[in-house]
Amino acid sequence: MIQKIMPNVTEALRDIVDGSTILISGFGGAGLPVFLLDALLEQGAKNLTLISNNAGNQGVGIAKLVAGGRVKKMICSFPRQPESGAFDELYRQGKIELELVPQGTLAERIRAGGAGIGGFFTPTGFGTELAKDKECREIDGINYVFEKAIKADYALIKADKGDRWGNLVYHGTGRNFAPIMATAARCTIAQVNQTVDLGQLDPEAIVTPGIFVKRIVLVEGKS
Amino acid sequence: MIDLTNIRKRNTAEIAQRIVQDIPDGAHVNLGIGQPMTISNYLPPDREILLHSENGLLGMGPLAQGDQIDLEIVNAGKQPVTMLPGASIFHHADSFAMIRGGHIDICVLGAFQISVKGDIANWRTGDPKAIPAVGGAMDLALGAKKLFVMMEHLTKSGESKIVQECTYPLTALAAVDCIYTDLATIEVTPNGLVAIDWVDGLSFSDLCELSGAPMTEKKS
Repeated sequence: MIQKIMPNVTEALRDIVDGSTILISGFGGAGLPVFLLDALLEQGAKNLTLISNNAGNQGVGIAKLVAGGRVKKMICSFPRQPESGAFDELYRQGKIELELVPQGTLAERIRAGGAGIGGFFTPTGFGTELAKDKECREIDGINYVFEKAIKADYALIKADKGDRWGNLVYHGTGRNFAPIMATAARCTIAQVNQTVDLGQLDPEAIVTPGIFVKRIVLVEGKS
Repeated sequence: MIDLTNIRKRNTAEIAQRIVQDIPDGAHVNLGIGQPMTISNYLPPDREILLHSENGLLGMGPLAQGDQIDLEIVNAGKQPVTMLPGASIFHHADSFAMIRGGHIDICVLGAFQISVKGDIANWRTGDPKAIPAVGGAMDLALGAKKLFVMMEHLTKSGESKIVQECTYPLTALAAVDCIYTDLATIEVTPNGLVAIDWVDGLSFSDLCELSGAPMTEKKS
């Protein structure tokens, strides 16, 4: 029997070790798995490399991990956010590494990682400082930059509903990076607002098929 | 030095309304964070213009008010928005496939500098204390079929933001199609800049001098 719904969040995050690389869904606060991130702070793993669109805002989620000194490196497109104070401070002190990636390239690198593709050529960033030291190639008259796929140890994502096989549906634009991140991690852990029985999610409407998800955690209390 | 004290510049609303004239019925449009987003207030009801938000929404409606607010339904500036009937939601790789795959008809971005060749610099000034953040700017600048720029013509110290070569870090090379400023509308063509219109009281030669760049007048 397959049972991906975990008894609690502690159990779901138990094996995340220091130095892990973790994909985190969300665009600002929308789709940010705050319940999992708060539990990760409590769990204590450090020296983490986090991949997410932003570097934390409003003092919640990623911002708490950054402020808590757990993060060695951020890979993101837009670290500057309202009240992203902790990141700004550590960055200026040289205490946190930043790999800045154009947002579409970030999404595609994750998609490629999940699809078994080593990398791809994109025109985005050609001739800019973000293409510095990267391989460039002209294809049919257009200049492209080579970008490597991203794969991670874990993905922490937020979904709306999930079943015990790991099938997921999302709510609104909270979907954003979650479906692609789910494909690109060795172990994807989803927080959901509701768990449902098998068959209750319309097969035509399932966004993330369960094969991409290892563990589901029902959010306790308000998140 | 040209005296601009008696020239009535276009305000943000007027620049937005000028841009709207060039957005056709049926267009799929992405509006950048900041000034370009205000264009959504001036879309004419007799044209169906679908707004794309990079975070995975096509058919975006006005900002959400009161009971409409759902913090999981936001625009690229992370403000809660509404969805029009017929709207669709998709993940980030699909959203940027729309952008990078050339499916978005028009993107409107702000800018620090535009070169005569249409190079755009809009994501950082190079200030070492500032936290660099690029977001979707590089993808949008190159991916949209047409790139419109909405900006002030001059910096606060009176220098032209239209330049021979950008001195700020580049966002994309040869990407801009049309520049809409508080003083003029200027197309970027393979033959150089072409002035389409400019505010009353300003002569074409004034515009060229202010812009510090050669341009021609649009032949009507």
